[in-house]
Amino acid sequence: MTPDAPKETTPAAEGCACQSGTAVAAPTSRRNFLLQIGIGLNVLAGALISVPILGYVLSSFAKKFPLEWINLGSTSQFPEGTTQLASYENPYRRPWDGEMARIPCWVRHISANDFQVFAINCAHLGCPVRWFSESKLFMCPCHGGAYYENGDHAAGPPPRGLFTYECRVTNGSLEIKGGILPNLGNPGNPTEVAKPA
Amino acid sequence: MIANAKKKVTDAALGVFGWIDDRIHVSEIFEHTAGHHIPKSTSSWFYVFGSATLLCLIIQLVTGTLLALAYVPSGAEAYTTLEYLTFEQPLGWYLRGIHYWGSNFMVSIMLIHMTQVYLFGAYKYPREVTWMSGVLLLVITLGLAFTGQVMRFDEDAYWGIGIGAAITGRSPGIGGPLVQMLLGGPIISAETLSRFFTLHVFVLPGSILAIIVLHLRMVLLKGINEWPEPGVEVNRETYDRHYAAIIKREGMPFVPHGIGKDLIAGAIVIVGILVCAAVFGPKGPIGPPDPTQIDANPRPDFFFMWIFAIAALMPDYMETVALLVAPPIVITLLFLLPFLNNTGEKHWSRRPAAVLTVVGLYLSLGLLSWWGITSPWSPAMTAWRADPTPKQFLVGHTPLELQGAIVLQQKQCRNCHAIDGIGGVRGPDLAEVGSRLTAPELARQVIQGGGNMPAYGKNLSPYEVNALVAYMVSLHPTGTTPAQDSAKPSVPPPENSKRQASADPAHGDHG
Repeated sequence: MTPDAPKETTPAAEGCACQSGTAVAAPTSRRNFLLQIGIGLNVLAGALISVPILGYVLSSFAKKFPLEWINLGSTSQFPEGTTQLASYENPYRRPWDGEMARIPCWVRHISANDFQVFAINCAHLGCPVRWFSESKLFMCPCHGGAYYENGDHAAGPPPRGLFTYECRVTNGSLEIKGGILPNLGNPGNPTEVAKPA
Repeated sequence: MIANAKKKVTDAALGVFGWIDDRIHVSEIFEHTAGHHIPKSTSSWFYVFGSATLLCLIIQLVTGTLLALAYVPSGAEAYTTLEYLTFEQPLGWYLRGIHYWGSNFMVSIMLIHMTQVYLFGAYKYPREVTWMSGVLLLVITLGLAFTGQVMRFDEDAYWGIGIGAAITGRSPGIGGPLVQMLLGGPIISAETLSRFFTLHVFVLPGSILAIIVLHLRMVLLKGINEWPEPGVEVNRETYDRHYAAIIKREGMPFVPHGIGKDLIAGAIVIVGILVCAAVFGPKGPIGPPDPTQIDANPRPDFFFMWIFAIAALMPDYMETVALLVAPPIVITLLFLLPFLNNTGEKHWSRRPAAVLTVVGLYLSLGLLSWWGITSPWSPAMTAWRADPTPKQFLVGHTPLELQGAIVLQQKQCRNCHAIDGIGGVRGPDLAEVGSRLTAPELARQVIQGGGNMPAYGKNLSPYEVNALVAYMVSLHPTGTTPAQDSAKPSVPPPENSKRQASADPAHGDHG
């Protein structure tokens, strides 16, 4: 860096002196040299300090959050043919998360080992959907989105059906891969076959 | 004697002032700031909104700092400290109220200020930067308002962040990572609150102060806009001389000759905030930010109600554009307004398009906000068990029809369909549905849905559909006939239209 700096200064400083028409600073003067060194060093220092700052701020942008299997409890808690509210502990919880660490979800037991687990968040704008067992519909309180019992879009503005969790039954327990807030940019379930609204 | 003593005191005071002035040049600073000369015409009630907005900001800074003495921005404790502030800390509830109402006043007065500036053509040459810095101040203020809602860390705040994340997630390509950055992780957590706290308490207030310095500097440099006269056009060649002539002719120092009305308006604003805080109190907090309490009914504060309404009313294919593309375009247009319209008439009477824009904008915002507050698109979640069927819709009906009335109630139809105005308003009122639709049409609508109604074919047994349709056919004003299929030859009105309808062969298919 340093050896290059004086080379660059000469033409710029000459131009400056010519325009002003006064001998403010001779092109190769000591002051000019110090100024150029000072600017160069600050550009370098600025680049150095921005690396940790940007790295810190942007760390969550690119970070991957691999999802592990989370136990929702014994399958016997979810009678066949029903849809029930369940909740799990956020696998990425912090000690100061408080009650936010418990994430709700809707569990639909279709038959035997066949389950569907839906995110609580409406696919429209993320409000909590509610299950109505009588009409077999999920309804959203925000903008009137409605979904059928299998999560398909039934009415209202949602652009797709409910977000689902990847789920499986192991040793009589229902397990899901949870821990993210599903959104249109990241629905969070790679096994899901997205259906249009 | 007395006169002599008085003179001595005055001399001493002047001496002290002279010393201070000699060292820190107060009178010179005064002359270039508070004492700067303004056109006499601007000492008007129309010109008090800028200083009133600034006053609101000062109130927000003071009360916000004081609230931070007790508030803990931790996911586990924020709600508890809000309750402590509201119920235990002496006058905590009142300071929360002042901070909340201060924000409402600030947003409202800022909008009035901006409207006045726009209608008076003050954004034109040479005050472009004054206007542009003002637009930045508006954006930052709205940012403060949104992050402030999150500081009131209750269930609305929790789901409000969820709405913010859902909108962010719609960004093409980078939606997922952007949501993670907004939340500080894969899901709403304590780190999310810390992020919004940092924005609300450090980043945005710091930015707003910096831009206000620029805004006020521009007011001093380029002067306050003279009262516009119809026919007097702004011309880049001549305006500076024109303005200098006005100042020379009728200029007077802002302090003390121009500030009187600002002071009165300021006092009214302070008293207004104090009264609102005392009468209405602070907002919330409502239930704790516990995501498993899913009975939440999230609504934003009033300045974002119109966005909430747009999110409901936009057709699906336009929504992402409306939420992500339109706001930056609108802000950019607002920001660049002085370059789109730099010279010419300033007076509103010569700018009908400007007046129409303002009227249209306020009507739209007002209407959208009203819709946001009433949310006619939202199902009334408890109507099916809270709203009774009015008696006159049950008396004199057949057992089958009454069975249908039970289905109508039991299957949450009432959440979207009112009967005689009672119930949800998402779908049409069913009080007279029998005079609009025939039995086959009703059966089709129930089974297949459509027009924003879910299909109930799988969720209702054929017997339930049969009873429901029979009941709805019977819902028509007394003395009128039920709707008839115009493709079929009309039949004379039957003696008992209800019984006739429920025995309609069309139902046989379902029953």
